[in-house]
Amino acid sequence: MIGINVYLALIAIATLLSMYRVFRGPTTVDRLVAVDIMTTITTGLMVLFALYYKRIIFLDVALVYAMLAFGGVIAFARYMEGGL
Amino acid sequence: MNVLAAIGEVLVLIGTFFYFLSTLGLIRMPDAYNRMQTSTKSATLGSLGVMVGVGIWALGTDFGSVAWLVKTIAIATFLLLTNPISAHTLIRAAYKSGIPLWEGSVVDKYREHLEAKEKVSGEALAEEGGEE
Repeated sequence: MIGINVYLALIAIATLLSMYRVFRGPTTVDRLVAVDIMTTITTGLMVLFALYYKRIIFLDVALVYAMLAFGGVIAFARYMEGGL
Repeated sequence: MNVLAAIGEVLVLIGTFFYFLSTLGLIRMPDAYNRMQTSTKSATLGSLGVMVGVGIWALGTDFGSVAWLVKTIAIATFLLLTNPISAHTLIRAAYKSGIPLWEGSVVDKYREHLEAKEKVSGEALAEEGGEE
């Protein structure tokens, strides 16, 4: 269980790199793509934290977070297309 | 450390590596379409590796049970189904709102498709006008 710290650090670095694109992106779609990737990576982070704290109930949090992020990205995309 | 934990740890390592690659593509690529293409694919593969890896890794520990593997496979299946849908919707909205392609792009299939459809409907309208 020592290696899990390394994986958590790698995922944290990946999240920070996608935050760079969120702040820097020239257009709105660049920011939205970066947010989409960031939510996917955060779902993986939550699953790893469930293993880190040895609680199976945290996996449900990750599942609900994935569902809400999917709905949010779809809503933003429809809004950009002008259909909302 | 037993065999299941080792297999799970290797899968998690591969998954985090692909996460890292996806954000690298997010920074490196020149326009929104290329960024979407590199990052979504590798993030989907990486999350598949992380979820299934955590499930197998938990089976090898003393607190683990089969429920871990079932729940992580459920999350992985959900992500595998919904990630391409959200990326497709996002990039279709980008194209329709008029964001230009990178100047090095060589093919634009969607514009060819739209032009062909417009041509067909225009010909149909012209034929109707000729009959009258």
